[in-house]
Amino acid sequence: MNLFKRYLGVRQQPEADLIAIASEGEGEPKGAFWRRFRKHKLAVAGLFVIGIMAVCAIFAPWIAPYHPSAITDSFGEGPTWSHLLGTDQVGRDVLSRIIFAARVSLSVGIGSVLISAIIGAVLGLISGYFGGWIDGVIMRITDMFMSFPYIMLILVVSSIVGPGLKNIILILGLLGWPGVARLVRGSVLSIKQTEYIKASVALGYKTPRILFNHILPNATAPLLIYATSGVAGAILDEAALSFLGLGVQPPTASWGNMLASAQSLTVLTDKPWLWVAPGVMIVLCVLSINFIGDALRDAMDPKNRK
Amino acid sequence: MESLLAVKDLRTSFDTDQGQVVSVDRVSFELKAGETLAIVGESGSGKSVTALSIMRLLGKGSRVSDGEIRLNGVNILELDEKKMRDIRGNRISMIFQEPMTSLNPVFTIGHQLMEAIRLHLNKDKKQARAHAVEMLKKVGLPRPEQIMDEYPFALSGGMRQRVMIAMALACKPTVLIADEPTTALDVTVQAQIMRIMKDLCAEAGTAIILITHDLGVVAEMADRVLVMYAGQIVEEADVFTLFDHPQHPYTQGLLRSVPHLEADDQDELAAIPGTVPARYHKMQACRFHNRCAFATEKCRTELPPLIRTQDGHTSRCWEIEAATIHYEEGKAR
Repeated sequence: MNLFKRYLGVRQQPEADLIAIASEGEGEPKGAFWRRFRKHKLAVAGLFVIGIMAVCAIFAPWIAPYHPSAITDSFGEGPTWSHLLGTDQVGRDVLSRIIFAARVSLSVGIGSVLISAIIGAVLGLISGYFGGWIDGVIMRITDMFMSFPYIMLILVVSSIVGPGLKNIILILGLLGWPGVARLVRGSVLSIKQTEYIKASVALGYKTPRILFNHILPNATAPLLIYATSGVAGAILDEAALSFLGLGVQPPTASWGNMLASAQSLTVLTDKPWLWVAPGVMIVLCVLSINFIGDALRDAMDPKNRK
Repeated sequence: MESLLAVKDLRTSFDTDQGQVVSVDRVSFELKAGETLAIVGESGSGKSVTALSIMRLLGKGSRVSDGEIRLNGVNILELDEKKMRDIRGNRISMIFQEPMTSLNPVFTIGHQLMEAIRLHLNKDKKQARAHAVEMLKKVGLPRPEQIMDEYPFALSGGMRQRVMIAMALACKPTVLIADEPTTALDVTVQAQIMRIMKDLCAEAGTAIILITHDLGVVAEMADRVLVMYAGQIVEEADVFTLFDHPQHPYTQGLLRSVPHLEADDQDELAAIPGTVPARYHKMQACRFHNRCAFATEKCRTELPPLIRTQDGHTSRCWEIEAATIHYEEGKAR
C-alpha cells in the first residue's frame, strides 16, 4: 500500500474546483432552429412559394376565378383581362386549372412520401436493429423492388389498377419505400453501436421504446432530407405519368396533364400559355422543396450553431 | 453479512469461426451491500464480459453457458426479459467507459434523465424534473437548472460523465457497475469523478463493481480486489492485503510495473514479459506459466485451483511460497 496513498478519505477537495468547470456556450436558445433556417435565403423564398401554393390549393374554390372544368366563352385565346393566363382549346380557364392542379400535385407529393417514409422507416429500423435473418429477408425484398425498372413498373401497375389520383398516391408510395428503408437501416446500423443506445438498454428500456424514441430521432435528419427530395420526385413522377396519360385523368386538372397538351406541335409553337405556366409551376414547386430540404439539413443539426 | 450479489461458476462463451471461445471461465465472487469491489486485469482478461453477463447485455454470438448470478438470492439468469428490464437501471445500473458518446445527442440532458426516472420511479413530470435537478446538483454540476435544457454537445467529457453518474444513481440502485468510468477522462477530472461516485454510493448504500486496469484507481476506491487473467480469477483479497502481500506472480508483476516516485534514476520500469497465450481456454495448464519466472513442470501440466491461504485471500498458483518470498525480498531491496 506504500505505492499509493488514499487521498479521498484524507483530504477533501476545495469546492471551488467544481465550479471552475463550466460548459461552453449558453445552451440551446428557443427559436434557434428558425434562426439557422433563416440563413438560407433561397429556402425562405422556397417556403414562401410553397406556402402560397398550399394556401391556393386549400382555398382553391374561393381563389380561382372560374370552375376548373367550366367551359367559358373563349376558346384557345391568349391571356386577356378576363382570363389572366388564357383559355385552352375547350374553353377552360388556365389559371383556375393551375390553382386546382396544385391540390393534386401537393397531395401526390406529400401523400406518397408519407406512405413510403412510414413503411421505409419501420422496415429500416427493424432490419437494422435486429439484423440476422430478419435483415436478410427485408433487404432482399428491397433489392427486388429496386431492381425493377421504376418507370416501367409504375406504368404497368397504373395501367392495371387504373389511373386516378388515389391510385397514383398509392403506387408512388408503395414503390418509393426501398430507398427510405435502405437509408434508415444504414443510420440504424451505426446508431445502434453507440454507447447511448447500449446505455438505454442498460437503463431497462423496452425495445420499441429504444427503436422509436431513441434511435429514430437520431435518424430523422437524413430521413427528412430524403423525404423532401422525395416530395419533389413524386411531383415530377406524377407529372410524367399524367403527361403519358396514365396519371390523373382529365377533366381533373394536374400540372402534368396540362403539360400533355404540349404534345401537339401547334400548341407547342402557337399557344405557349397552355404549357409554360404549368411547367413553371412544376419547376418552382420542385426547386422550392429542394431548397427547403437543404436548409432543414443545416437547421436540424444541433451541432451547427452558426 | 448476507451477500447482495453472488456470482457462482460463471462461464461466458463466444461463438467464433474457430469454434467456441470461453471468455469468462468459472468466475465466482460475492458482493456485499455498500461494498466496492474492483475487478482488475489487462485487456481481454474477461472483466467487461463479466459485467455484461451480470447485466445480461451480451451481444450476438455470446452467452452465459454455465453458472448462476444471484441478486438477493434470485438467479437473474433465469428471469424473463421483462423482469430483467425492471432490474436494469433500477436495481443494477451501469456506467460506460466513453462519456462523450453515452448520451443521446438529439435530446436534452433533462429529457434523458427524466425518462429514466419516470420509467422506474413512476413519478409525474414535475416530480421527475425536481428529482433530476437534485441529482445534477449532487454530482456537482454548476447551474443544474440550465444544464437540464442543454444538449450533450455543450458539455465537456467530465460533465457528461457526471450526468451519466446522476442517471445511473437516480433510481438508487443496489449495485452500480462502472466499466472503466474514468479511462477516457483527464487525470485531473478522474479524481473528482471517482470521489463523487464513491460519496453518492456511500450515501445511497449502493455497492460498486469497479472495472479498471488502473491500479491507482483501485487503491483509492476499492474495498476488495479481484485480479483476472485470461478469463479466470487469479487472485482475490482485500485491497490492503493485495497491495502489501500479493501472492500470484501476475499480481506481483502488475504491482512492480507501476512507476513510483521513490525509484532511482537508474531503475528500469519492470514489465511482465510475453503476451497472453492464444487459445488459452483449451490449455491444461496454469494460463500464466509461459510468462512466469517460477513456473515448474507442474505449472505446465496442471491448472492450479484457487487456493485459500488466509482469511479472504485466495490465489490461483502452485508456487505461492516461492513467489511471495521472492517478491518480499525484492521489495526490501
